[in-house]
Amino acid sequence: MYVAVKGGDKAIENSLRYLADIRRGDRRVPELSIAQIREQLPLAVDRVMTEGSLHDPDLAALAIKQANGDIQEAVFLLRAYRTTLPRFGASLPIDTAKMQIRRRISATYKDLPGGQILGPSFDYTHRLLDFTLAANGETREAPKSDEPVPEGMPRVADILDHEGLIELEIPDDEDGAVPDLTRESMSFPADRATRLQNLARGDEGFLLALGYSTQRGFGNAHPFAGEIRMGELAVSFVPEELGFEIEIGEITVTECQMVNQFKGSSKVPPQFTRGYGLTFGHCERKAMSMALVDRALRAREFGEEIEAPAQDEEFVLYHSDNVEASGFVQHLKLPHYVDFQGELVTVRELRAEIEAREKDNQTDDDELAAAE
Amino acid sequence: MSTNQRPQPWQAPEHDQPVAQVEGYNFAYLDEQTKRMIRRAILKGVAIPGYQVPFGSREMPLPYGWGTGGMQVTAAVIGRDDTLKVIDQGADDTTNAVNIRRFFAKTAGVATTEKTAEATVIQTRHRIPEKPLTEEQILVYQVPIPEPLRWVEPRETETRKMHALEEYGVMHVSLYESIARFGRITTSYNYPVQVNGRYIMAPSPIPKFDNPKMHQMAALQLFGAGREKRIYAVPPYTDVKSLDFEDHPFTIQSWDDTCALCGADDSYLDEVITDDAGGKMYVCSDSDYCAERREAGHVGHQGVPAGTDTKGEAQ
Repeated sequence: MYVAVKGGDKAIENSLRYLADIRRGDRRVPELSIAQIREQLPLAVDRVMTEGSLHDPDLAALAIKQANGDIQEAVFLLRAYRTTLPRFGASLPIDTAKMQIRRRISATYKDLPGGQILGPSFDYTHRLLDFTLAANGETREAPKSDEPVPEGMPRVADILDHEGLIELEIPDDEDGAVPDLTRESMSFPADRATRLQNLARGDEGFLLALGYSTQRGFGNAHPFAGEIRMGELAVSFVPEELGFEIEIGEITVTECQMVNQFKGSSKVPPQFTRGYGLTFGHCERKAMSMALVDRALRAREFGEEIEAPAQDEEFVLYHSDNVEASGFVQHLKLPHYVDFQGELVTVRELRAEIEAREKDNQTDDDELAAAE
Repeated sequence: MSTNQRPQPWQAPEHDQPVAQVEGYNFAYLDEQTKRMIRRAILKGVAIPGYQVPFGSREMPLPYGWGTGGMQVTAAVIGRDDTLKVIDQGADDTTNAVNIRRFFAKTAGVATTEKTAEATVIQTRHRIPEKPLTEEQILVYQVPIPEPLRWVEPRETETRKMHALEEYGVMHVSLYESIARFGRITTSYNYPVQVNGRYIMAPSPIPKFDNPKMHQMAALQLFGAGREKRIYAVPPYTDVKSLDFEDHPFTIQSWDDTCALCGADDSYLDEVITDDAGGKMYVCSDSDYCAERREAGHVGHQGVPAGTDTKGEAQ
């Protein structure tokens, strides 16, 4: 027991060196560069940026390399870096209707203004291992369309909006302070902005399972993928000292608008309701899961019964963060022998008591038998 | 590995290598604004003993659950003249304690010590040192779950209400249920206390053996829960009462044995398995307390006089 927990400097130092050695692997194989990870593992980079809530493909690629490819560890690295950065303020809201579209699909309409644009997707790949990749087969460049993708493609939710069939989405006062859950602790009931922030940082696997559970009856969801769009957008910021808007860069985002059937309640007439998902980069599975869970968490707002885990705000928001979850689960590796000793003492006392009682009963029985 | 090659527990704790300070970070890692925010939470906690103050817990470069709350509290209260001691399970030489001590040596350049009496700030996980603390000291606890009512009510919205209304009946019912089932209260660590006659508080997972030390302690006690984003405090000389019943008074753990190294019969003992045939010995969990006793000439039934130890360490 002592051997496992006693260590000190030298053991820690050796463990770190061993880990770094394993990261490098066989020295005869060329070392991965940050650029290779950024360019050739883009979806891993996107996931790390999204859950790490920091948009920086190079740093995310570095984190993936440093974490030996462990995505959650990479998210943690990026978060621990992010927390040291100064905060200048909040950017202006991005308008996804102005997105430079690379992918845009809707499951609710066969065709719609702007059309369906598949973009890069795994959806229609046959999941057959491609052995030419193993043999370093060169990939041909993708063909380019002669016509540019139309600019300013309307969002499906806005199309429904014209008929009043979907709930109105009224933007918050734009001067209002944006909540920042990395600066204040969450309190409940949480507002939607805080919830969405939490979900955007949340673990993809956790949200995927919760979203899935709403489809299987744990939660009253009847969702349609109203629209999924992915592409580039400019981000603008108004520095206080300038007082006007400046563009600070371009980011890729994936947005999902789920349209949910809603039969109405005592408060609201029958209409479609929304669930919203947004991620950095191309994280479609995450954006869709997030939209399902967002809608489920709006149960209180629509006067629905809260019965399923995905509708339970405290359950979802307190357990979605994989940096928190991973830390607390893995802290069980830390020594607990003081507590365990306490439990040993208790269990031994309880067992001694039971034994004594049984012995007593035995003597009583023997005496009884002898008396008869 | 045969038993005679194993590092033995009676060997002296190794001393840390000198640690070079890192550049580019503020004193004690956190920026001054964050420290101010944490200090405000601490002051509120001191003003309302036992009340859990929400705070904007930062992401630390160590994992949640490994002392991020305690580290933030320590970073907010430590100054250049302080001397820091870090213990885990009562010992200065457990890997996590070594790691956290190194972190502050690196980012704050403060003096560190393994001697309880020399420290001005002591960060601890799961123990209170055996040696009584003084008014000159601050004890910082690492807290995994700050909510003492969590096991009777998983919802934060509910437990906050229960605290506000001092609705603590369920806690007593749960302790009573334990008595009804087992004839005693079976909670052996993280045993709930009531602070200053008002808030029920989780003492963090210290063994109940340590609970009496919290009562009227001369030192300031600060509790940091990083993942759960809560800070709470017990000011010096405050009443801290372990919950119990008149006919089932609070008791602490006791052992039939004494420390095999220093012979102490008044300290919390850890069980050390010495072979795979049920052999075991007991040693003080507080490594400094044990070392000090041995230096003073106390020798337990399996110990060797101080100064004759040989060194060994984990690889």
